[in-house]
Amino acid sequence: MKIVVCAKQVAMLGDEVEFTDDGRSVDTDYLEFALNEWDTFATEEALQIRERLGGEGEVVVVTAGDEDAEEAMRRCLAMGADRGVRISIEGIADRDPISVARALAQVVEKEQPDLVFCGVQSADAVQATTGVALAELLGLPRVAVVRELDYDHDAKKARVSRELEGGLIDVVEADTPAVLTIQTGINEPRYATLRAIKQAEQKEIEEVEPGDLGEPAAHVRRMFVPAKGEGAEMLNGSPEAVAQRIAEIVKERLT
Amino acid sequence: MAGVLVVAEHLRGQVRPVTLELVTAAKDVGGPVTAVVIAKNPSALTGQVDVAGVDEIVTVAVEAEEFENDVYQAALEAVIAERKPDAVLLGFTVNSMDFAPAVATKLGLGYASDIFAVSSEGSSLVAQRSYYGAKVNAELEFPGKDCVMLLLRPTSWAPAEGSGSASVTEISAPSVESRARHVDFEEVEQGDVDITTAEFLLSIGRGVGEKDAIGQFEELADRMGATLSVSRPIVDAGWMTNARQVGQSGKTVKPKVYLALGISGAVQHLAGMKTAGTIIAVNTDPEAAIFNVAHYGAVADLFEVADELEKLF
Repeated sequence: MKIVVCAKQVAMLGDEVEFTDDGRSVDTDYLEFALNEWDTFATEEALQIRERLGGEGEVVVVTAGDEDAEEAMRRCLAMGADRGVRISIEGIADRDPISVARALAQVVEKEQPDLVFCGVQSADAVQATTGVALAELLGLPRVAVVRELDYDHDAKKARVSRELEGGLIDVVEADTPAVLTIQTGINEPRYATLRAIKQAEQKEIEEVEPGDLGEPAAHVRRMFVPAKGEGAEMLNGSPEAVAQRIAEIVKERLT
Repeated sequence: MAGVLVVAEHLRGQVRPVTLELVTAAKDVGGPVTAVVIAKNPSALTGQVDVAGVDEIVTVAVEAEEFENDVYQAALEAVIAERKPDAVLLGFTVNSMDFAPAVATKLGLGYASDIFAVSSEGSSLVAQRSYYGAKVNAELEFPGKDCVMLLLRPTSWAPAEGSGSASVTEISAPSVESRARHVDFEEVEQGDVDITTAEFLLSIGRGVGEKDAIGQFEELADRMGATLSVSRPIVDAGWMTNARQVGQSGKTVKPKVYLALGISGAVQHLAGMKTAGTIIAVNTDPEAAIFNVAHYGAVADLFEVADELEKLF
């Protein structure tokens, strides 16, 4: 039994931003990096399935990015994943999700997994695309936005709940191997102990070169800071003063 | 101009509102607008998409009773092959996420999702989306692509209105083996609270930090005469049920007053509350996206403000 988890190191922007000289991306000096929140749930789900099946099998984390991206992958390894594969791509943030899926597909195909998990989306780009594009490239069934998963390894089937808009649940039965995109809230991701974090440093991360990424599906022409709308009228002062104003506004608007 | 395909989204016999927003957005692309209805019984739905601005309706009858990704993929691919459109528009919705990227990948289309503005420059399309928690916007181009698929952010365009007189054409699609089959729909338990009818919502988010803090805000809401609602992280953590969740995967609300404490304002959350009468936001991050839609904002510790509010009600 093998589960591949595709993980992404996402970027967060602080209070300030500068763009690169070509104006097409954010200067990385202004970014902080972390493991994508959705991918922690995907990793946890993979680990729980393995535990349920008696601890047999392997959980492999695959990421595309530069060497720094291994930090995010180490988080998954510290949670309990067995090994990692990093597809070496510089400037991953500038790639469209279908190109990234092409890079991932070459590695995932070789692994021949029983299940492939991706996060529903990444926190920095919010395309919600890579997982389903990956399934297409692998010729596998897929289900997007999975909030509950019941995997029957022997029958090669997964019964999943998809979360539609407005809280309606779509119950789906999928053939496996399949690619599932995992929604937050499906489980409670474990915290890695200090010992596990130390051990994860010893786990193997294989580096591979990307194959042909094909023609990009989109090209960023320019990035810019959005013009603020009229914006909020800011309430300043002590918490007491702020509360006072809020109370006034609430009372005025409700009458 | 080969025109624009607008893919209708429907659920249990009802066309979803985003479909009419796509019709409005199609005008920003330019060219004739064709609404595509993929369904077991499309004729029951064509009336709902026959609005002003739709030139033609193309229907594809499929075997699946409800949405199934393999089935919808094959149907949409058949329509694209037949019509060779310049652009294909879908809502950025959970069902679109389940099949649109596969179509774009297979056919090598230009592609981007969560698009909130579209324009046409000569013969090329420019689309806008945001990055890094909506702190940065970007303009996207699609060089070398004859057809571009865009998934559009719900509530970014006004819905098309007025009745139309579109002709209806049937297109057939190859039948495919469905590898992910719809079994059932389940309603999430709603309990006895209805946040959609409340006039005053006190809404809390990730900023409250821990489960034990929830009780304090339930009490505060009571005192203030508000109904307590929450953003997604609170539901994900299991601290509140989905019935109280505001946002795309929760409820769309329009109270007179929406007081948001410790909510940063993810796009999906904003989609569910941005039309509220008066929005007041308290957050420690001065760059939080919620301040872009709020009428009043305070950069402050939500617990300190909550303690003071308690004394005033």
